[in-house]
Amino acid sequence: MKRAFKMPGFSIGFIMAFTFTAAALVSFFWTPFGTDGVDIVNKLHTPDGTNWFGTDHLGRDIFSMIMVGARTSIAVAVVAVGIGVLLGVPLGLAAAARKGSLLDEFIMRGNDLVFAFPALLIAILITAVFGPSAINAIIAIGIFNIPVFARLTRAGALSLWTRDFVLAARVSGKSRVRISFEHILPNITNLLIVQGTIQFSLGILAEAALSYIGLGAQPPIPSWGRMLADSQTMVSFAPHLALFPGLAIVLTVLGLNLMGDALRDLFDPKLRRDRQ
Amino acid sequence: MSLLEINGLKLSIGAAEILHDVSLSVDAGQITAVIGESGSGKSMTAYCVNQLLPRGSVAEGQVQFNCQNMLALDEPSLCNIRGKDIGMVFQEPMTALNPVQTIGAQVAETVLIHGAASKPEALKIARDTLNRVGLPEAQFPLSRYPHELSGGQRQRVVIAMAIALRPKLLIADEPTTALDVTTQSQIMDLLKRLVQEDGMGLLLISHDLGVVADVADHIVIMRKGKVVEQGATQHIFKHMQHPYTKALFEASSHKPDRKAKPLDAPILEVKNLIRDYALPRKSLFGPAPKFRAVNDVSFCLKKGESLGLVGESGCGKSTLTRAILGLEAIQGGSISINGVEVKAGHTVPRTLRRNMQVVFQDPYGSFNPRHKVARLVSEPFHLLDDAPTGAARKAAISEALEAVGMQAADADKYIHEFSGGQRQRIAIARALIIKPELIILDEAVSALDVSIRAQILDLLAALSDKLGLSYLFISHDLSVVRAITDRVMVMKSGVIVEEGPTEAIFQTPQHEYTRALLAAAPSLEDLMQ
Repeated sequence: MKRAFKMPGFSIGFIMAFTFTAAALVSFFWTPFGTDGVDIVNKLHTPDGTNWFGTDHLGRDIFSMIMVGARTSIAVAVVAVGIGVLLGVPLGLAAAARKGSLLDEFIMRGNDLVFAFPALLIAILITAVFGPSAINAIIAIGIFNIPVFARLTRAGALSLWTRDFVLAARVSGKSRVRISFEHILPNITNLLIVQGTIQFSLGILAEAALSYIGLGAQPPIPSWGRMLADSQTMVSFAPHLALFPGLAIVLTVLGLNLMGDALRDLFDPKLRRDRQ
Repeated sequence: MSLLEINGLKLSIGAAEILHDVSLSVDAGQITAVIGESGSGKSMTAYCVNQLLPRGSVAEGQVQFNCQNMLALDEPSLCNIRGKDIGMVFQEPMTALNPVQTIGAQVAETVLIHGAASKPEALKIARDTLNRVGLPEAQFPLSRYPHELSGGQRQRVVIAMAIALRPKLLIADEPTTALDVTTQSQIMDLLKRLVQEDGMGLLLISHDLGVVADVADHIVIMRKGKVVEQGATQHIFKHMQHPYTKALFEASSHKPDRKAKPLDAPILEVKNLIRDYALPRKSLFGPAPKFRAVNDVSFCLKKGESLGLVGESGCGKSTLTRAILGLEAIQGGSISINGVEVKAGHTVPRTLRRNMQVVFQDPYGSFNPRHKVARLVSEPFHLLDDAPTGAARKAAISEALEAVGMQAADADKYIHEFSGGQRQRIAIARALIIKPELIILDEAVSALDVSIRAQILDLLAALSDKLGLSYLFISHDLSVVRAITDRVMVMKSGVIVEEGPTEAIFQTPQHEYTRALLAAAPSLEDLMQ
């Protein structure tokens, strides 16, 4: 971890991502203003001392809404990555443990099937059938994380299955399931952490996109994507409405990607040698 | 003045001093062999010559090649010399060639880079050079890709790349270490012939005294970044001075003391064993074609006996090991352990697996880097129904570690804290911990330096005397097999071609393949006399 913070990319990315996570946590206890009250008198204020980021067309404080919106974005991304890891990793381990078997074929062809559909299209389908909500957005994004993690896990695990220490464990009579969790999984966590940070940022983007077209979190829960959508018609005379949620999305995603890149460099000995 | 003269060469990488005061010379038309164990600085000496050093290295002293000081030259002039005047051959032919380029393009590349010829001429030079290294046009057209060639053939392509421009000096860094014995001797003959034909100097780096002893004119023995002894090959062999040289010679032909006599009761009996692999399907319907890796193999291993299994890569010896260990299903025949027979189609039960353990070749790959030694060593306890726990488990781990010459305190360390030889001891401790009767040693000492190898062989001999262990000793290295086994089997293409008492096989081999193997194997004993 110390080595990670010595890399400028990781530190900058960490500060960006940490700021938004902290904002989301603080918003549970305190925001400068409430986000569900309508205050028409103070609508469309430009940023000043009281409303740091200005107010929207209903007079809500944009700074407060960004804080609460971070909550939605992060929650959706965390749960979606969680679904991907919890289902994808065991599937990938199983496919690798039984390489070439019917089970392997079944899992990997299933992955291909999910990959074949554009992720957002299926998300739209799910929300169209079950109704728009944050939960359905999570499920839709989560499903598309499964094959990403399953493939990565399988690829990493396959190269480990040929190693002598795995053979030694088999000589000791350990089952394939046990070897997968005891010997394979700990040796591919690096890969998974890196992919996790990248999927996390993609999840935030996907949530923003779904909210933008009205299929994510529903009003009055603030969401960055919907704030952008609401600001669309007013962008000519109140550009700050679009600027701040847009910046929030860009900075969070950029921060997470920087972290992911730095971690990959750190874990990959080949890249590490080149950098020195 | 010699072609290459190294005088008082010092090299440090960062804070570590790699070479201290190294001096040696290579004359045109002569072969100088640099010999040392891992970490002796022999490869770094070679890299100093063509200045292919890792970043952060500082070299001092003199490297005079062709009356130029290589250390003083700038990068463009070095590029001009590398490949044209100094050729280089690497250890691993599998990775030294670009897999997506034809061999013709790769050999011609050296010629083109130095602007020595136009493209058609370069291809002609490439063709001539490949002919010279023994890859005739009929079987090996320029359009071949590296994956279509065997290891020895690839090494010939690498040599062709190095000599395409008829360099004055050729550096060969362990050129035959990754190859089989018979291929090894062919490559050494080729190098020797090329040196004579072209009158170039050859700087040959090796860890194996036996390999270079036949061909080298000069021998330089290195240890820990210093030259301990050098001189004409014959002179060194007859009048070696330095104790390290003597120790190195002794270790190379080391024979451990074995007292135990094998009993008559068999521990392992293999009858008509067949192991088929399915190859990729050629058509959508119909059965996949099969490759028979082990074909009708039968043998018997007695209690307390040490049985050798010799063969070159791809002969099926590792497949046989896996079948015996019950890791892969067999397609025919049977395996009996302690009189209990397991027929094809059945899995080896846990109660039988308890009697066998295995030690692998690569001391770096055979441990999970994320576990501590205690956990690694105690892994086979999984085979026991009443595995010891708590203090008893700790005591068992300490006992196993101490039996192989390690300390009980090592149990709390991670595997990366140990050297290759120590790791191999830990691997043996892991095999010993459930007190098996049979240990399969799959090339267990092949990756070790000669002096470490001698220690491990002594340890194995002592353990078999003390615990009455049986060994199935699998190796491509004939001298090691000769030192530690009672009987030996020779395997070729999945079949055992010859079997008998070790000394009888080595002295009067019957099968022509055994004879070829023995003739190709480098032997120090003939030279010492």
